[in-house]
Amino acid sequence: MSKGPLASTGAAGGTIATCLTGLVLALILTAIPFALVMSGALPLVATLWAIGGAGMVQIAVHVHFFLHVDSSSEARWNLVAILYTLFIMALFVGGSLWIMYDLHWRMM
Amino acid sequence: MMNSEASIIVTAPGEEREHPDTVDIQAFGFWIYLMSDLILFATLFATFGVLGRNYAGGPTGKDLFDLSYTLGETLFLLFSSAIYGLAMVAVIRGRKNWVLLGLAIAFLLGAGFVAMEVHEFYGLVAAGHGPEVSAFLSSFFTLVGTHGTHVTFGLLWMAVMMVQVALKGLTSPVQSRLLRLSMFWHFLDIVWIAIFSIVYLTGVLHV
Repeated sequence: MSKGPLASTGAAGGTIATCLTGLVLALILTAIPFALVMSGALPLVATLWAIGGAGMVQIAVHVHFFLHVDSSSEARWNLVAILYTLFIMALFVGGSLWIMYDLHWRMM
Repeated sequence: MMNSEASIIVTAPGEEREHPDTVDIQAFGFWIYLMSDLILFATLFATFGVLGRNYAGGPTGKDLFDLSYTLGETLFLLFSSAIYGLAMVAVIRGRKNWVLLGLAIAFLLGAGFVAMEVHEFYGLVAAGHGPEVSAFLSSFFTLVGTHGTHVTFGLLWMAVMMVQVALKGLTSPVQSRLLRLSMFWHFLDIVWIAIFSIVYLTGVLHV
């Protein structure tokens, strides 16, 4: 097993086991929301919460098992950058929705 | 006066003098690019969030979307991402032929995703449900099309990397590029999770 230049890089720290674990978890977390929406098994609000919950958990699964970003020292700055980006995204998306829906109700 | 800076200056032109952390530095720089790309997608998601229910008398998501078709696209992209992850394990172990096989399968699965999306878009436009019909369809085509364009450029990059692995072997710069493409590819799969959750699954529900 040759030690290539990626050996010390946190972002390349995957093994066959982590890839397959990530794949199985992602398949389950994809199947749940699709099955709920296609079958209509739950009431509307519960279905929306399930879609949002499964989506966010699946994103966390991809970040952990495929991108290998966590709080280890190699990936610390990647984590800081993504947390800051998530903050900016929350401002953009949340702010846009808040302003536009408020405007919508005022114009009624 | 023979400090490290002086020794860099006297290095002969063309000689390999890579910084020991080059791969990490390049990967982190690419990560910062991905974060800026994420903000681009956030603005498109915000646009879709505001406009996504303005149908202007045209068709709704429930009329247009076929969830089993979307599930097929999702599986193509997910398996492509996972296979690319296995190819990166082969990169670390120095197994060139396994890397090429993994890249080829990941490329074909990604191409399957793009083919399905192009077919979907073509069908929508041919049926008179193009982006000009309503704010919903404008924001839909912009968001999903921007993601599809990214995947297409990722496929182009993957084709180039297959040629480089075949001709140059798993040299240090090639490994570094393969690492950055892996970040790009997993990132696009993550954006797709948000798209199928927000655009397709939520879109067919009566809210």
